[in-house]
Amino acid sequence: MSIQAIHIQKTFGTYRALDNVSLEVPDGKLVSLLGPSGSGKTTLLRILAGLEFPDSVETSRVLFHGQDVTATPAGKRGVGFVFQHYALFKHMTVAANIAFGLNALPRRERPSRDAIQARVAELLSLVHLDGLGKRYPSELSGGQRQRVALARALAMKPKVLLLDEPFGALDAKVRKDLRRWLRTFQEEIQVTTIFVTHDQEEALELADEVVIMNNARIEQVGDPQAVYDRPVSPFVIEFLGNVNRFVAGMRSNQPTDQSKDVLYVRPHDVELEPEESETHQYALKAKVQHILSAGNYGRVTLERLGTHEPFEAEVPRERLRELDLQPGKVVSVVFRHVRLFPKGEFLESAVKDGQLEAVAG
Amino acid sequence: MHTPKLHRFRAAALPRTPSATTESPAVRWLLTAITVTFLTVFLLLPLFTVFQQAFARGVEMYFASFDDRFVRHSIRLTLMTAAIAVPLNLIFGVAAAWAVTKFDFRGKSLLVTIIDLPFSVSPVIAGFVFILIFGAHGYLGPWVEQMGIRVVFAFPGIVLATTFGTVPFIARELIPLMEAQGRDEEYAAMTLGASGWRTFFKVTLPNVKWGLFYGVILCNARAMGEFGGVEVVSGSISGRTNTMTLQIQQLYFDYATVPAFALASILAFLALLTLILKNALEWWAHR
Repeated sequence: MSIQAIHIQKTFGTYRALDNVSLEVPDGKLVSLLGPSGSGKTTLLRILAGLEFPDSVETSRVLFHGQDVTATPAGKRGVGFVFQHYALFKHMTVAANIAFGLNALPRRERPSRDAIQARVAELLSLVHLDGLGKRYPSELSGGQRQRVALARALAMKPKVLLLDEPFGALDAKVRKDLRRWLRTFQEEIQVTTIFVTHDQEEALELADEVVIMNNARIEQVGDPQAVYDRPVSPFVIEFLGNVNRFVAGMRSNQPTDQSKDVLYVRPHDVELEPEESETHQYALKAKVQHILSAGNYGRVTLERLGTHEPFEAEVPRERLRELDLQPGKVVSVVFRHVRLFPKGEFLESAVKDGQLEAVAG
Repeated sequence: MHTPKLHRFRAAALPRTPSATTESPAVRWLLTAITVTFLTVFLLLPLFTVFQQAFARGVEMYFASFDDRFVRHSIRLTLMTAAIAVPLNLIFGVAAAWAVTKFDFRGKSLLVTIIDLPFSVSPVIAGFVFILIFGAHGYLGPWVEQMGIRVVFAFPGIVLATTFGTVPFIARELIPLMEAQGRDEEYAAMTLGASGWRTFFKVTLPNVKWGLFYGVILCNARAMGEFGGVEVVSGSISGRTNTMTLQIQQLYFDYATVPAFALASILAFLALLTLILKNALEWWAHR
């Protein structure tokens, strides 16, 4: 089922949580709401669920499959909701938790006891928890609890699945496993899914489409590749992974305050060359501060000569060995991809072609 | 001072293993001594005295105390009062705690403050207020009189004063507990299509059942022990409006020490039972 949020406005007292937010989610997609805490992502999710309502149900509207559900309460929207801290009913068994929604149906719609039992067993096997129906939530691990919560939400055959930081309370290993599992699972059941996260890696890895939120507004919407490669604002580029930021001009190694542009370079787009290398006319010079090599890539911290701006480079282990880097050594630096704001142009291999000079100057 | 018993206690209070705190042994010993002395003088000694005085003339005299018509009437009156006041506060306390912790509304903090009012107002004042309202010249006095109900110096007044004095107990027990539990489980029940009633009875109430049970026990103990407010509104008429506490006072003033303390021992026993139940409940809930 497709979801539309139109001009959503939400304030808590004097605090503005959502400022004229509009969003469209196509049927069957897995979409992530990504942003720092306080950006309004959870509020938006709760408004879609019907757990929270916009300031005005006339100017702000929520449509499910074209139908206005703005004032419809949560129980009547046909949404499944999964909470960060599971929100399982502590005093009920796993099976009773999953059957809760079915048992709450009015008598004439309620399946027979046997049918409910069969459905619970089916859901337990769907989330790979066969045979654990008689356990209590306190007897399960975090990852198992979250899967029970998912099974409970799916019991009502929701047309929309909403997850609020579903992996936030789990440790790194379980989080990764569960993430992959959810990805394949969602592809199987094909239900429109929206999940909230503040973890950019999680959003980029999992979602068909990423909605980046900041300060009660949507900054950018796009598939993971698009938002990573073509961020539309300094916020997006800074939020999506590590990035180096240069304020001073690129014309020379001297700090200049003529250019108010800010230049962004991802650490993996920074190339290091021996100092005496004459290949790149506009390459800047920097001094190596610190080298951390664990894994396939070494992380090199450098300081730009003249301006003392610190920045990072991600260099393959082999290249590190070739260059024979030591703290204190001076190297030439070349940027493969840079992004310039506020102009926002995308510059590829700019320094190598000498274009950076033309744009930044 | 240097009885073997006390000596042993001292050894236990000063562990020989290194302590994480940096206080000198003298300071630790002093603080422990102050606490123990305080507890003994203000809590243990009075409790002991009640039972000692009650049994001062033997077990037979103790039980003979309850043969009195007025004593029995006072016990019955107290039980009836508690039987009305506690359920009233049970309903109010649960409703108030539910409203305060699961919903947001204007005037919420005012409601929380008002719930605490009986803790901060002297029960005697509360008693007088009820006389001012329901007395012969009170705002509602003539009106209830017309309906044939006597409030002041009668059973309804006693129930009113007792209910007022015990309002905070159940709500105060539940609010922190429900606050800590949050609202996610209720929200989860809502998204699964459960009605408000179903959510309350299947999710909210089972989550607080032990706290609620303890609140009821505490409320009951306090209702039976109510004195100040009841004394003002009841008029203390033996055999008619004397509750247990009032009867105890009257017996004591009449130099009937054994019956007074025998009756008092029931309340003291109730207090001990309350504490035992509280600990049993905590143990049960944390198991």
